[in-house]
Amino acid sequence: MIKVILIDDEPLARSLVTEYLQAYPQFEIVQSCNDGFEGVKAITQHKPDLIFLDIQMPKINGFEMLELIEQPPSVIFTTAFDEYAIKAFEAHAIDYLLKPFGKERFDKALQKWLQQNSQAGKQTNAALVNEEIRNPEERNRIVVKEGSHIKIIPVHDILYIEAYDDYVKIFTQKEMFLKKKTMSFFEQSLNPSQFVRVHRSYIIPLAQLTKIEPLEKDTHIALLKNGAKIPLSKTGYLKLKTVLGI
Amino acid sequence: MIYLGWWIVWIVLQTFVLFNTGILSWYAAINDAIITNVILAAGGYVMISSIRFYHPRQILRLAWSIGLALGCVFLIRWIALQLLANEIGYEEFLEKSMIIRALFSWLMISIITILSWMWFYMREQQELESRKTNTEKLAREAELSKLRQQLQPHFLFNSLNSISALVGTKPEEARKMIQELSDFLRGTIKKDDQQFVKLEEELKHLQLCLEIEKVRFGYRLKTQINQEEQTHKMLLPSLLLQPLVENAIKFGLYDTIGEITIRLDARVVDYHLYIRIENPFDPETSQPQPGTGFGLNSVQRRLYLLYGRNDLLSTQQQDTVFTTELKIPQPV
Repeated sequence: MIKVILIDDEPLARSLVTEYLQAYPQFEIVQSCNDGFEGVKAITQHKPDLIFLDIQMPKINGFEMLELIEQPPSVIFTTAFDEYAIKAFEAHAIDYLLKPFGKERFDKALQKWLQQNSQAGKQTNAALVNEEIRNPEERNRIVVKEGSHIKIIPVHDILYIEAYDDYVKIFTQKEMFLKKKTMSFFEQSLNPSQFVRVHRSYIIPLAQLTKIEPLEKDTHIALLKNGAKIPLSKTGYLKLKTVLGI
Repeated sequence: MIYLGWWIVWIVLQTFVLFNTGILSWYAAINDAIITNVILAAGGYVMISSIRFYHPRQILRLAWSIGLALGCVFLIRWIALQLLANEIGYEEFLEKSMIIRALFSWLMISIITILSWMWFYMREQQELESRKTNTEKLAREAELSKLRQQLQPHFLFNSLNSISALVGTKPEEARKMIQELSDFLRGTIKKDDQQFVKLEEELKHLQLCLEIEKVRFGYRLKTQINQEEQTHKMLLPSLLLQPLVENAIKFGLYDTIGEITIRLDARVVDYHLYIRIENPFDPETSQPQPGTGFGLNSVQRRLYLLYGRNDLLSTQQQDTVFTTELKIPQPV
């Protein structure tokens, strides 16, 4: 049995996919979710082979939900918005179904999945995990998972970001969050005129910077508003200088 | 520069002509030419400046140019007599040539007048033209964005998707939804050319939109509409409520999880139609300032254009409720 999960905030949209899937007895819908939160839970629990995912949903959108899952399954996006197509394929979607879609178009998407899975086995899925989901548009919030809770952090609340093994620590005024992503993921997805990677292990928002001080010969540290001292690498120092125009 | 060059050419020409008459010496000829042309240049400049700022009628322009030419000639005569008093035979020559000089001056000034008038006229036309194209471009863009906003492609596509789902399982409901969607779209198109509508009508139109949204979102969306009896016939700008309610639905549905209720109250306060829309929202996660959404901005702008007031639309956030308040002045 191939396990499938549907995630869409419109019940009728889910029932349409259910109906189309009836032609494929080898697929079994293990759960049908109303939003990204339920989606995260269901995916961790059932480990499905394929999900059908809407993009605009309450609280967190489809892309943000995918970020919260460590080993995301294959994804077929279903949405009325055509402006996300590029982003969807960067997230290694199998296909991108524009609502309203007919049975033929749906069949094509499923064929695509079946083909990919017979050829490459589970490899594509493994590759997908390591790939970054790049965000071409400016990101104004970050979604993190804390146990079973999901938190949304507006980017202007971030004090700084620090590398931590396979994770990064995101510091805000009150708390610290862990997210399983690489530094370069944040470097690429945050607005480069507001966030600068000043060190292999640090990204700081310019809004938090108060002072740059020399430490020893050739080395500098950045002083942040909350008092934190962040080491600057040589290239980081130069980058900071260029962005600040000094 | 061109103006200066023009007069230098005339100085040289006039010097030769005067010298060739055989009456004047080189010195007298040069001086005469310089005085004449400098004064005419000044006169011409006065003409150009005055034309730049106002456009007198044909007859006035003629009188003005004759007056200016005469003034110039007398000034030339006076200065020339002062400077060249010692030149033998100059005074006599000057008196004899007065009529020709006057005609020449007038001709020069007229030419300058006509040329500069043409120049300014052309520039004005160009400016007018570019302003016109700019205005037209702006109007076209506004029209386009209005259309795009009214058609709300996402609403349309999602509704069609729901219909597509209903067709298989509940064809009767699918048919009903198609009907509602059609009525809604027809209303949107028809109201385009109507400035003001009765609240009653506007709410009926809105109800269609809400019914469709309810089919889409199922149990999640609930609405509550309360209106005072007198408000039925009160007037408001057409399609003004819709973006506000859409905003409320969007924030309610996408900012929270679970059931939501959108509330709309219509009352009469101080001869104004007073409408209040409430929707739940999450202050923690909602995007910065929900009040500055595109929908609210365009409503604000429209109200300003219609009533010249900025205080008719206001928003408030309290705990988890977002309130939009709208006041519509009624015609007396």
